[in-house]
Amino acid sequence: MSAWEPVIGLEVHVELDTATKMFCGCPVTKGDPPNTHTCPVCLAHPGALPVVNERAIEYAARIALALGCEVRPRSIFHRKNYFYPDLPKAYQISQYDEPLAVAGSFDYWVGDEKLSCRINRVHMEEDAAKLIHAGGEAGRIAGSEYSMVDFNRGGTPLIEIVGEPDIPSPEAAREFLQQLRDLVIGLGVSECNMEEGQIRWDANISVRPAGSDRLGTRTELKNMNSFRFLQQALESEVPRQVAVLEAGGAIEQETLHFDPETGVTTPLRSKEEAHDYRYFPEPDLVPVTADAAWIERVRQSLPELPAARVERFTSQYGLSRYDAAVLGGGAALAGFYEELVAQGIEPKLAANWVMGEYSAHLHSAGLEPGHGHVTAARLAALLRLVAAGEVSGTAAKQAFALMVEERAEPLDVVARHDLGQVSDTGELAAVVAAVLAAHPAQVEQFRAGKEQVAGFFVGQVMKVTQGKANPQLAAELVRAALRGGDAAPTDAGAPA
Amino acid sequence: MIDHDDVRHVARLARLRLAPAEAERMTAELAKILDHIDKIGELDLAAVEPTAHVLAVSDVLRPDKPLPCLSRDDALRNAPAVSGDCFRVPRIQS
Amino acid sequence: MTAGLDPLRLTAREARRLLTDGELAASELTKTYLDQIERVEDRVHAFIQVTADNAAKYATEIDQEAGATRGALAGLPTAIKDNMVTEGVTTTCGSRILGNYQPVYTATAVRRIWGDHIVMLGKANMDEFAMGSSTENSAFGPTHNPWDLSTVPGGSSGGSAAAVAAGEALWALGSDTGGSVRQPAALCGVVGMKPTYGAVSRYGLIAFASSLDQIGPLTRTVYDCALLLRRIAGHDPCDSTSVALPGEIELPGAERLEGLRFGIPTEYVARGIEPGVMARFEKTLTLIEELGGTCVEISLPHTDYALPAYYIIAPAEASANLARFDGVRYGFRAAGADDLTEMYEATRGEGFGAEVKRRIMIGTYALSSGYYQAYYGQAQRVRTLVRRDFDTAFAQVDLIVSPTSPTVAFGLGTRTADPLAMYQSDICTIPVNLAGLPAISIPCGLAGHLPVGFQLMGPAFSENRLLSAAHALEGAIGFTAVPTFCDSRDAADAPGGSCGRPDREAVER
Repeated sequence: MSAWEPVIGLEVHVELDTATKMFCGCPVTKGDPPNTHTCPVCLAHPGALPVVNERAIEYAARIALALGCEVRPRSIFHRKNYFYPDLPKAYQISQYDEPLAVAGSFDYWVGDEKLSCRINRVHMEEDAAKLIHAGGEAGRIAGSEYSMVDFNRGGTPLIEIVGEPDIPSPEAAREFLQQLRDLVIGLGVSECNMEEGQIRWDANISVRPAGSDRLGTRTELKNMNSFRFLQQALESEVPRQVAVLEAGGAIEQETLHFDPETGVTTPLRSKEEAHDYRYFPEPDLVPVTADAAWIERVRQSLPELPAARVERFTSQYGLSRYDAAVLGGGAALAGFYEELVAQGIEPKLAANWVMGEYSAHLHSAGLEPGHGHVTAARLAALLRLVAAGEVSGTAAKQAFALMVEERAEPLDVVARHDLGQVSDTGELAAVVAAVLAAHPAQVEQFRAGKEQVAGFFVGQVMKVTQGKANPQLAAELVRAALRGGDAAPTDAGAPA
Repeated sequence: MIDHDDVRHVARLARLRLAPAEAERMTAELAKILDHIDKIGELDLAAVEPTAHVLAVSDVLRPDKPLPCLSRDDALRNAPAVSGDCFRVPRIQS
Repeated sequence: MTAGLDPLRLTAREARRLLTDGELAASELTKTYLDQIERVEDRVHAFIQVTADNAAKYATEIDQEAGATRGALAGLPTAIKDNMVTEGVTTTCGSRILGNYQPVYTATAVRRIWGDHIVMLGKANMDEFAMGSSTENSAFGPTHNPWDLSTVPGGSSGGSAAAVAAGEALWALGSDTGGSVRQPAALCGVVGMKPTYGAVSRYGLIAFASSLDQIGPLTRTVYDCALLLRRIAGHDPCDSTSVALPGEIELPGAERLEGLRFGIPTEYVARGIEPGVMARFEKTLTLIEELGGTCVEISLPHTDYALPAYYIIAPAEASANLARFDGVRYGFRAAGADDLTEMYEATRGEGFGAEVKRRIMIGTYALSSGYYQAYYGQAQRVRTLVRRDFDTAFAQVDLIVSPTSPTVAFGLGTRTADPLAMYQSDICTIPVNLAGLPAISIPCGLAGHLPVGFQLMGPAFSENRLLSAAHALEGAIGFTAVPTFCDSRDAADAPGGSCGRPDREAVER
């Protein structure tokens, strides 16, 4: 496989969180009963006409500028013509050769390595309606008896982001998408909810001899509805193409469907011919202009972008590049982390916990950062105990889990479940002394040179205190006690 | 000029079923019309800007505020076929 | 004065005065037109649907309204071309594919005059999807020209024009994409105007060619035309291509043409104009000069390319505009289809008539892969040149004139076998649609027994200049002929009386 390299390009569609649709005043909603948010325009009744949503343009420009694109001074809409029941006009109002923005790039991280992917264009269009297939297997088209259309979604503003084929691996593709999603969410223009299809993508993939700069024939992968599937599909397609080429064959330019259960990509039943979209300028809409002043205003309104934030995290918090990328890549997690630090938690400790327990919790609970019971304030309260040595690291993890389960306050959990650790020097010294006294043979062994016996004593201290002794302090006191010969800690009652 | 295959192809693009006699007649008529239309090919217009919009107007926008929708009954009022609350269409053979 | 209303001669101006002065009840006025419809509609067939009961009822309601709360056009009986959606009233667009379509909203232009309390008499017949120049392409049968029932009324607003000419409506709304208001107005001896592109909202006008379509009035006089236009014109937030006019539409009053220069484009008069039409046209030019105007020969050099460019642009846009008629959400759906593709093809194959299918085919072809630049791209460039021709000409002259149609009304069925021959009907009207400019047709006399139309064209947003000049010229022309078979004045059952005499004494020229 090292003789070949994958060449991947992604085309991403993002549904905007505007209040209304792209070309009419129907509300953009989720989960409402079918066909309750329609009008003559988005139902394509005879005589209906589109009118452009002002906010959609602003949001599109935000995305374009965040991706370093050039927002063109003038853009127009085009009609993209084809017949399908989810497309009521039998054309989609989209953009073609005069789109909103072109020529940007997106920096993203794969592990420690920063990669860059050129962005070909960012343009505006409208989403199709929802089709439900009945009578077939698992709601698939194949084998269905009829289909049903719900036009609520039809007309929702859709932004298309087209990346150049600069992505060098399936893993990179996954990172690219994940981080692009984080960027878009951070811009406040879309929640990019995957279950609701607010972010969708197609991948183009080809392979070529490593180091070559020629592009091979590519196939297109559609309908992958998770990042994991994307990576799997690409990981399945790359060797397939390599095998074909090594056997002397040629890649067919076709559209493939990935089946996550079998892990195999198969060609979609190809349509009779490739679509001839017959693009022409949309006569019902007039051009959209963007002057320098407006572009600057939009640029000023952009929040801190991930790249800048990651840089800032390395310097401001002294984090490694890797940690900074994980914590700083997405606005929500970054915000949570910074709040934690602002509450007085040491950056490295905060980093470990956010990347560790907290992220695991988010994942298993299906939550976005900053949501749910574990607020930054609560986690900070717990971590303060850790920093003060009042709770051991292990106990803190238990406390965290209980806090979540019981939806309780951390201090309360620690108290009720007796998770605190003993860090009182005097108290522990007494225990140490008692332990040493109880095991004179081992004391002798230590004195004879078997230093690792100290561990035995620490273990005994833990046993006596039922695990609540601060292990570091216990070890320290044990060593001090052992080294001090029979100079036991100053406590009344200790044997000489 | 335009032939039967072209006509069949274009009819498919436009989702128009033409009966054989109709397609035959259409081919002849279209050929005549296209012959006449081809006249514009006489002009060398490389240096002329196309007019996509006859009005010198731009940036006609709508504020992002909801407007009243149709009731579901009105939305489905004219539907040739309905399934529950949805428009129903025959199976989409993929 | 309640007896003696003459629906063939009554103007909206006069009717409004009679209503406002209390000399006439709205219900009487509406009854007059409904009676005329009963009398002649079986032979003219101007309407797809006559909404007689609603009209009578509504007129009665208006009579019960106090004068102060009545709308600006209260009680005036109007025909609306059936390509403007009217909520609650079936709108067919002259097509089988919308034969049962119940609109869920109303076109802005119609809503505005409904708001003025006009009385809608019914939906006027038209060529299917406004494609045609004779109204023979209607799925509901052709309209017959009231001047000679064996001839066409013109198209595509043939029903609207015939209704006004036959006294079946006081006035009407039509739509014009390549001449579809002006040419039928000419063939039916009435006034018809296409405003500047964008002056009247297209929201609710079932689209044929989006960059060319405009709604326009068909009326008995130029004054009436201004009266109706000023109510329907104006910016509409529902139509991104609508604009506010620079000023109000003025009601015309000028009687002279001093200081105005009229351009006669050599290219328009050099081609296939029938001698009878040419004679009336030249006579009218003489009148212009008698009224103090100056006639100047001008050139619009790219005129010959306008027709082919139009027959690419219009069908191309139409092919996309008509793609929504797919049997999914409304309208006709063919029975017995096994799958979606079959349903689409059968629905559209059975639902559309021959001319519509032809134009969809041409349009689809012109936009298809490999042909776009040669056809659509090229046609859009021709369009630029046609507009430039007008801009250059309007630096020399104030208005441009021509015959509206190269011929008078032709026989039913005489051009249906040859689409190209039919397309030639629009050679004088098409160029201003391409350029987005306003134009008006007024009757200028008869050639034999059939009316001839005179067209005036103006720069963008020159509606007032056009209406003023047309009004003055109309006065000098003094066209008062009416289709004889419709005229009940001499018939035994005709009421006598002086009501409804035109504003100026009739002088046949």
